[in-house]
Amino acid sequence: MSARIVAPAVMGLLMLVLWEGVVRLADIPPYVLPGPLVVARTLIADWGMLAPALVVTLTITLEALAAAVVVGGMLAILFSLSRWLELSLFPYAIILQVTPIVAIAPLIITWANNVDLSLLICAWLVAFFPILSNTILGLRSVDHNLLALFELYGAGRWKTLIHLRLPAALPYFLGGLRISGGLALIGAVVAEFVAGTGGSASGLAYRILEAGYQLRIPRMFAALVLISAAGIAIYLLLSLLSYLLLRRWHESAIEAES
Amino acid sequence: MPLVAVRGVSRIFANGVQALGGATLDIEAGEFLSVLGPSGCGKSTLLRLIAGLASPTAGTIEWSKGEWPGGKPDLGFVFQEPTLMPWATALANVALPLKLHGVARSEREARAAEALDHVGLKGFERTWPRELSGGMKMRVSIARALVTGPKLLLMDEPFAALDEITRHRLNADLLALWERSRITVVFVTHSVFESVFLSQRIAVMAARPGRIVSELKIAAPYPRTEAFRTSADYAAHCRLVSTHLSEAMAAA
Repeated sequence: MSARIVAPAVMGLLMLVLWEGVVRLADIPPYVLPGPLVVARTLIADWGMLAPALVVTLTITLEALAAAVVVGGMLAILFSLSRWLELSLFPYAIILQVTPIVAIAPLIITWANNVDLSLLICAWLVAFFPILSNTILGLRSVDHNLLALFELYGAGRWKTLIHLRLPAALPYFLGGLRISGGLALIGAVVAEFVAGTGGSASGLAYRILEAGYQLRIPRMFAALVLISAAGIAIYLLLSLLSYLLLRRWHESAIEAES
Repeated sequence: MPLVAVRGVSRIFANGVQALGGATLDIEAGEFLSVLGPSGCGKSTLLRLIAGLASPTAGTIEWSKGEWPGGKPDLGFVFQEPTLMPWATALANVALPLKLHGVARSEREARAAEALDHVGLKGFERTWPRELSGGMKMRVSIARALVTGPKLLLMDEPFAALDEITRHRLNADLLALWERSRITVVFVTHSVFESVFLSQRIAVMAARPGRIVSELKIAAPYPRTEAFRTSADYAAHCRLVSTHLSEAMAAA
């Protein structure tokens, strides 16, 4: 606990001091590289503008993540129930995954004809695949003897799914969810960059673009700090969720007893 | 009519390997029968066929109509591994067969607690599998197999992965359970010593293709205690069974 927090905190502090020192000693102007103190001051001064943008970006991220959980989870379950469905659809899921979102975002924006909706679709596209592929892996990684036992007691597909496959897949699903959380945020930011405009309200990506045009580099950094902080917060929350759900039984959540 | 009659059963896997070739065996109601053979001789396959987890390529498996009039035979199965659900407590693991049969929660928990008590795990109802030792996990697995009150208990080398001390204790406790309930037990093992200690009858298998080559009666009286393990009678039986096993392996 202590080392896990102290070590990165000390390292982070050292890096910030080094950064501030280099900026001051080399006399780098803030429009090239602002020091951390300037960035912090900007963050506070511009909070009235940045906070609503953060809320907009986070909303899209969480909506996309929720959609990814629903669609990715459902598809994984359907695939586990029907081999044919999986064989015919999974390759297309991979195609969606490997197509760069930057390349298809303009199309989506044109087709959706609604900026909020298109941002959501982009973020969802980036986020859903890890949940899908991890959950499929989990649904398949069931102990064969346990499957035989369920067969022995006459359990059908649904009972086997609910009482055996879903609990067995939970750790895999949660692993996918942690990856998807970060990807949903990246998707939301990238999509807003491509759209070049916020939806009904502007998100952090638009504030970064705007600050870039106006050469307000400290504000750009402040927005970046907020995006990073949001990503870290999402990761920590999902890790906590994973820990709470698995701490009783899964090896990943159990501290080794010495 | 025996409880289960296995008649000339063969099983060929999809990859062409013949696991069983004309195995014939009668399982009598209430007996403790061991199936003894070298690894890879098809013992486990035979057990899975009896359980109905796979179908024979040739031959038949008949169930006594008197014991199971028309219905699906009820049986318990114990695997080589404890095969517990790690996300469920000992009690929930034991209650699983009842849950799958749609038994109400209060009744299945009462019956599962009783089954745990029978295998010596009273007080461990709320324990998670990872907190149990290998021997205790196997006890939970046995309780789960017995919770439905089956007529037939199939065990696939259940104690092979345990240390000797634990194995001896589980052997003794299994015998005590059997003497109390007189459930029919088919016990697959590759250990001559274990099969002689436990069984009334031993069916010796040969490999490639798997078949029963000889059947031996172990006439020693029950209850069999640790004293039996060191007796001359036990040693003589072990020698006899070993000879049959060597012949079976030479024949293969």
